[in-house]
Amino acid sequence: MSCVLGSLLSDSQGSFLEGHTSLQTDPCPASPAPRTPPSHGPSGRPGRGCGQGIKGPAGSGLSYGVCALLQPSRAATMVHWSAEEKQLISSVWGKVNVEECGAEALARLLIVYPWTQRFFDNFGNLSSPTAIIGNPKVRAHGKKVLTSFGEAIKNLDNLKATYSKLSELHCDKLHVDPENFRLLGDILIIVLAAHFGKDFGPSCQATWQKLVGVVAHALAHKYH
Amino acid sequence: MTLTQAEKAAVVTIWAKVATQADAIGAESLERLFSSYPQTKTYFPHFDLSQGSAQLRGHGSKVMNAVGEAVKHVDDIRGALAKLSELHAYILRVDPVNFKLLSHCILCSVAARYPSDFTPEVHAAWDKFLSSVSSVLTEKYR
Repeated sequence: MSCVLGSLLSDSQGSFLEGHTSLQTDPCPASPAPRTPPSHGPSGRPGRGCGQGIKGPAGSGLSYGVCALLQPSRAATMVHWSAEEKQLISSVWGKVNVEECGAEALARLLIVYPWTQRFFDNFGNLSSPTAIIGNPKVRAHGKKVLTSFGEAIKNLDNLKATYSKLSELHCDKLHVDPENFRLLGDILIIVLAAHFGKDFGPSCQATWQKLVGVVAHALAHKYH
Repeated sequence: MTLTQAEKAAVVTIWAKVATQADAIGAESLERLFSSYPQTKTYFPHFDLSQGSAQLRGHGSKVMNAVGEAVKHVDDIRGALAKLSELHAYILRVDPVNFKLLSHCILCSVAARYPSDFTPEVHAAWDKFLSSVSSVLTEKYR
């Protein structure tokens, strides 16, 4: 789990991860110092305010330094959506044909990144772009995936719970590298850009990048 | 990775259209980059990055001109971008991860303007082409 989290934390695409770059080097929550890389003292503990006798939560017996290390990723529980972002999401989603868009996104994933076909051995003919686009299993699965995405949009404030079971499934049964969630998210963004043209401008894209990033993160959350 | 003949053809064909709006597409791609991935702005502390700024437009043109050179010499991208490769390796030193981000934003801009031309095959060819360009630009890093 720690290595997956590590790779997620270093993912430069998740703007929501700004400010939560590393559990190990996060300055103590109590420290008023600006965010600079901590120096490591002779004891090897992070410096800059940690381990300076500041007590952790009452009764915990822990210093804030250790507390920071033991906290689960704050990013997953702290995603905030502004009213404008929610508007950008729902106004686009309201015009999306889930079946068409889902089919197209999955087809493009399989075409542009052919190694992703590894998960779909039982889908039949994936031998050419034409075959992939016309493949009924691709269409059906694309629709399923995007329908699930719609659930995320309805539960923006509780994505971890919404995707908990799906996350376990993708790890334990499907064995899907979470990198694929990022790839599909980016493909979806491109499909939306193609469909909506100038209505899918930079700030709209930025909001949707945040959304696909958060969804990918939630889907990877239960990996171990 | 090498592009097939069909992929090269797909790249060249759509470039003919893209070239007519290269400057605007370049500026838009950078706007998309800075909006979606704010950390990329750290490479431009000396720029006015507000929408429509002259610097943004100028730099977008520069980027798309380089892409155009790569298209023109699609059989020898390494040769065509040798100087740029050295510039990025020794002077600019933009972290390699950012080339993927900009490539993605260029694809978004092209898709938004030419949806009917941006078929899955063209999408795949352009993704591969930009990936190739990115590789050339970072291959002298170490």
